[in-house]
Amino acid sequence: MIQYLLKRLLMMVPLLLGITLITFAVIHLAPGEPVEMQIAMNPKVTAEARERLRKFYGLDKPLYVQYVIWVKKLSMLDFGRSFAPDNRPVVEKIKERIPVTLSLNIIALIIEFGLAVPIGILAAIRRDTMFDKGMTVFVFIGFAVPTFWLALLLMYLFGVRLDWLPISGLHSMGSEGFTLIHWFLDLLKHLILPVSVAAFGSLAGLSRYMRSTMLDVIRQDYITTARAKGLPERTVIFRHALRNALLPVITLLGLSVPGLIGGSVIFETIFAIPGMGQLFYGGVMSRDYPLVMGILVIGAGLTLIGNLLADLGYAIADPRIRHGQG
Amino acid sequence: MKGKSVACLPFLLFLALLFACNGGKKGLAPVHSGPGKPAYGDAMVVGSIGEPSTLIPLLASDSASHEVAGLVYNGLVRYDKDLRLEGELAESWDVSPDGLTITFHLRHGVKWHDGREFTSHDVLYTYLVTIDPKTPTAYADAFKQVKKSEAPDAYTFRVTYDKPFAPALESWGMSILPAHLLEGKDITKSELARHPVGTGPYIFKEWIAGQKITLEDNPGYFEGRPYIGRYIYRIIPDNSTMYMELKAGGIDMMGISPVQYQRQTGTPEFKARFNKYRYPASAYTYLGYNLRHPLFSDRRVRQALTSAINKDEIVHGVLLGMGQVAHGPYKPGTWAYNPHIKDFDYNPERAKQLLAEAGWRERNGDGILVKDGKPFQFTILTNQGNDQRLKTAVIVQYRLKAIGIDVKIRVIEWASFLSQFIDKGNFEAVLLGWTIGQDPDLFDVWHSSKTGPRELNFIGYKNSEADRVLEEGRGTFDMEKRRRCYYRFQEILAEDQPYTFLYVPDALPVVSARFRGIEPAPAGIMYNFIKWNAPKEEQKY
Repeated sequence: MIQYLLKRLLMMVPLLLGITLITFAVIHLAPGEPVEMQIAMNPKVTAEARERLRKFYGLDKPLYVQYVIWVKKLSMLDFGRSFAPDNRPVVEKIKERIPVTLSLNIIALIIEFGLAVPIGILAAIRRDTMFDKGMTVFVFIGFAVPTFWLALLLMYLFGVRLDWLPISGLHSMGSEGFTLIHWFLDLLKHLILPVSVAAFGSLAGLSRYMRSTMLDVIRQDYITTARAKGLPERTVIFRHALRNALLPVITLLGLSVPGLIGGSVIFETIFAIPGMGQLFYGGVMSRDYPLVMGILVIGAGLTLIGNLLADLGYAIADPRIRHGQG
Repeated sequence: MKGKSVACLPFLLFLALLFACNGGKKGLAPVHSGPGKPAYGDAMVVGSIGEPSTLIPLLASDSASHEVAGLVYNGLVRYDKDLRLEGELAESWDVSPDGLTITFHLRHGVKWHDGREFTSHDVLYTYLVTIDPKTPTAYADAFKQVKKSEAPDAYTFRVTYDKPFAPALESWGMSILPAHLLEGKDITKSELARHPVGTGPYIFKEWIAGQKITLEDNPGYFEGRPYIGRYIYRIIPDNSTMYMELKAGGIDMMGISPVQYQRQTGTPEFKARFNKYRYPASAYTYLGYNLRHPLFSDRRVRQALTSAINKDEIVHGVLLGMGQVAHGPYKPGTWAYNPHIKDFDYNPERAKQLLAEAGWRERNGDGILVKDGKPFQFTILTNQGNDQRLKTAVIVQYRLKAIGIDVKIRVIEWASFLSQFIDKGNFEAVLLGWTIGQDPDLFDVWHSSKTGPRELNFIGYKNSEADRVLEEGRGTFDMEKRRRCYYRFQEILAEDQPYTFLYVPDALPVVSARFRGIEPAPAGIMYNFIKWNAPKEEQKY
């Protein structure tokens, strides 16, 4: 087991290196460079100033040298400094955004699973009833309606007309003087709209998946047996059917874990939420290489670790997968 | 039929959502519009699409950074409400008779926000750090013209130039940095980028990344304490969201679009709660021709293109009338702007005639003009993300079609636009805009020595007379002489038509009606921000 773990960990090193090489190449293939984005078309900037900036960022060196320098730094867990004029460490920039994105995504994920699973189950049990059909239409509306449009409508209704909820951002004016409870409630109020919009949009996939696995399970012989034994329908559904139907859904949950640190640009832009999506998009648009690479490497690293943990989990749970022991 | 009623619920909710927009009432206090007595206090929340990158202005190249830093720092000089230079940290200045030496006499008793006194040493430091090759700044060039700099005493600062250089004076509007906090340190890693210390009317308080920046009034400001107690810069990246925040009272000021100005801000409720302002923005949009391309080397062709484009129609169609037709690179109403310039009014007949003179004729019955067997076809490039430019391009396309020119439009992402097309001279025509600087010197954009790769005269415009007046204009401090140079320069451009100058849009800021003391001027409205105030009974925060 230990041997297996070590082998997997060692294999991650060349894998990560390969990922960095490819991303580095791809981001440099995109036309334009950071200095251009900052100063192009500015009458006050001459060619000399441009060279000065390029030298400052090390862009005057050949590409492979830039890569080697970057990887060397990375090996000491130094992600370098952003190419934006603020020149702050990349880690610092990512750190101040991760909590927002992470908590928002977790809340949205909980609500999404909390709603989609029961919807799917009920729809499967009451297949072809009005409930089933109505829910299908409902979740597909969520799937089809553009997020930004729905968000704007909700903002207009609840923020401008009714004045019940704040429109954007995370805190109200003067929130720094609030008591902790007040501050937290204020934050929750700000999260209602973004979280509901995010969850509504992703209900469709999960609830349909839940419905179809549930339908498969209900048709199994052992469910018929359970019913034939005279068990109450409740017990049949929740004890016998649900457990088996939930297994693939749990796999889905596992798959969505690496996505937790990824943000959505449109969504964050509409609600003025300073998350990872905006940071990454801004980084790409301004060709902020260290920032983009930093985010990608962290994302890749998390995905690899997530996969490893999942595999280990399987190995522990299922002897057939346990390696080295046949 | 329990299932049925449950199924209907989401629909009802959804419909309610869509149509409930007519009900509801705003719980906002009515706003009085009487004069009110100026009072200290309150806060102004400003909405901004972009977040500042750094609050050391020397290192920043985005407008958001300069907007916020402008309230924290001062320069030696600044533009007043009529866009003339006046002293800020400099009480006055003298230019030597030969125009080579400028002596600034600094204000006494100005304090940095941390209590230290401001002296000529700070000015000298700012100059030295700007020209330091290790400083990654885009603004070193004007300062590099300086031959000698000295600070003979604490309140005098003197610079000497090789030759008279008129834009030099403007360059001393650069924010002066605190030497005592920066000297001997690496400016790129300085705390000041996130926590600036200046001499300006507002003191930096906090910056919550991605959300807001808060400034507080400086009671000891040398021009008097500003009335508004706090200035809060909220970052809201989406324009529609920002507009709803404005209506819900979440922000007090933002710039709006022509559509919002014309169609969405006319209700009595809006008018009672907000004041709208309108004045020409410092920017123009143009159609630029690649003069190295054989299609556009003939001046008559360019004149014909301008005659064929109906600029009024563009102003009305794209800007809904919220702007004016441009005939040259200066802002109407400023001292360098030549009001007598009339380039070519919309006149398609004249356009056809000019094209015929240049040898372009309709030959094969498809309506497209032909010369030497080649049809008159070209592509207008414009950058992605600017809807106004795209609409303008479509109107231009339509008008040029009418005189037999086949135009295609291509929209390209900004980074690729610059590196693949502009820098390589690989384009036929571009639809872009310039901001209009306050100093009329346009040497870098139009002089024939600036046509190299990655330089700003990327269309390759060369005219020896234009070169001469541009050189003369920047080589003297005599306003009358400069004005004559730039008047002539505009006449030359109007005749040559290297660009078809299209329009100068209007800036359309909206400010909450509780703020008084706003006086629109050629410089806009922000120039007297420290005099803005909200009467006590209307203060909100």
